[in-house]
Amino acid sequence: MTAGSPGDRGIAIDLAGVRFQYAGSRSWALDGVDVSIRQGEIVGLVGPNDAGKSTVCLVAAGLAPNVTGGRLEGIATLVGQPTTSLSPSAAARLCGILFQQPLSQLSGTAVTVWEEIAFGPRNLGLPLDEIADRVQEALTVLRIDHLAPRDPGRLSGGQGQLVALASVLALRPTALILDEPTSQLDPAGTRLVGEALRALAAAGTSLLIAEHKTDLLDGLCTRIVVIVGGRIVRNGPTDEVFEDSHLRGLGVEPPARVRLTRALAERGVDRDVVTAAVREATT
Amino acid sequence: MVVAVIVAIAGVGQSLRLYLLASTPLLASILLVNTFFFPGATDVILRLGPFDATGAGLVAGLQGALRVVAFALSVAAFSLTTPTDDLLSDLERRGVGRRAIFVIGTAIGTVPRMLERAGEIVESQRARGMDTEGSPLRRARGVVPLAGPMVIGALGDVEERTMALEARAFTATGRRTVIRAMPDQAVERILRWSLGIGSLLLVGLSVAGILAVP
Repeated sequence: MTAGSPGDRGIAIDLAGVRFQYAGSRSWALDGVDVSIRQGEIVGLVGPNDAGKSTVCLVAAGLAPNVTGGRLEGIATLVGQPTTSLSPSAAARLCGILFQQPLSQLSGTAVTVWEEIAFGPRNLGLPLDEIADRVQEALTVLRIDHLAPRDPGRLSGGQGQLVALASVLALRPTALILDEPTSQLDPAGTRLVGEALRALAAAGTSLLIAEHKTDLLDGLCTRIVVIVGGRIVRNGPTDEVFEDSHLRGLGVEPPARVRLTRALAERGVDRDVVTAAVREATT
Repeated sequence: MVVAVIVAIAGVGQSLRLYLLASTPLLASILLVNTFFFPGATDVILRLGPFDATGAGLVAGLQGALRVVAFALSVAAFSLTTPTDDLLSDLERRGVGRRAIFVIGTAIGTVPRMLERAGEIVESQRARGMDTEGSPLRRARGVVPLAGPMVIGALGDVEERTMALEARAFTATGRRTVIRAMPDQAVERILRWSLGIGSLLLVGLSVAGILAVP
């Protein structure tokens, strides 16, 4: 097994019995979390506010407790390597993470979007040609070539989110963790990000997406994990979890497809016909 | 004199007026204090009521003011002629550490962003009915609710930005890739070295008592 490629079992991110407590807190933000993400798999992480979604992202990316401080119990591995044994820069090569607030994620030193996206690859000391290739690829995949000469500090929230995502993509990580990647995007931008993520997964990148927009996850994820109060309460195939009749009681709004299917089924329309029609209309 | 020549060559003389204007209160106070209150001076050149202006004080005041002007013009000429990204790129090329580069770049970029954030906070407070205009007392009252969100917001930013930097391999070992090599012509190198050696020479001569540098 080499750094940067998934382990023997093809598992990129593995959290086993993970408990995490922030520094200065007496309660566990995560309390026995088990999640595995295989190579090329897209896993959605949903739950009500303050359920622990962002904390799962930080632990899985190797930032908690390495950068945040705090106490970790259980085992968290990235590509087979315990995150606690990885330096932040080593973890960054294996796993990229996109935070909720795009503008605070920007380096603050780049004068153009191009340079902002090049920030990570430059830190790795990559040759200039390779940096240029990576930046161009990230710009192209998110269709933001036109932003390349712009000042990163003068972008709208949605543009900033795409640039922040491009900056992470330029590191070409084995695994990618996205904390509400489309929170500031319009429907077209959300669709664009969905397409880009699908292409990444097809190329072998493992994805964990914490998101409130279950509609985005519905057409994208192979598996959904539901977290409530720092504990995993559902973990299964997307259809199975989203069609769970208790989902709303757990603080998660089912996607429009499920709600529509239910509403029509109550009026006597065949469920399979509705599901097929909705899928056809939304993909 | 050297600064004046550099400013003339750089062609930024017009833009420097603002900097000189901003220095005026400081220059005036240096001149007045030295001219009227220079310790030990007896060569009175003007009497204004109980205050005596002295020739030695005036000379000392002019020397002090000239130093301030030279310093202010140096800083101003530097900021007017050197784009931040050029400065950072060149420092990076010369092997300055990535942390130092980041601190310099962030410090330069922080002021306009803080002003922008302050504007947003003031607008939002105004939208909620707070009086942010009017008498100085009313404005002063508005500083406290402005400072709170500013400081807390800045601290929150620092935490998330630290994590974001770590996640972008900022602490990786080895040299960072330089993406732009700044042109450095032979004449520029010669001028730089000449200025450096000339400065050292003047300091040396002054310390040795051979040349009286004011």
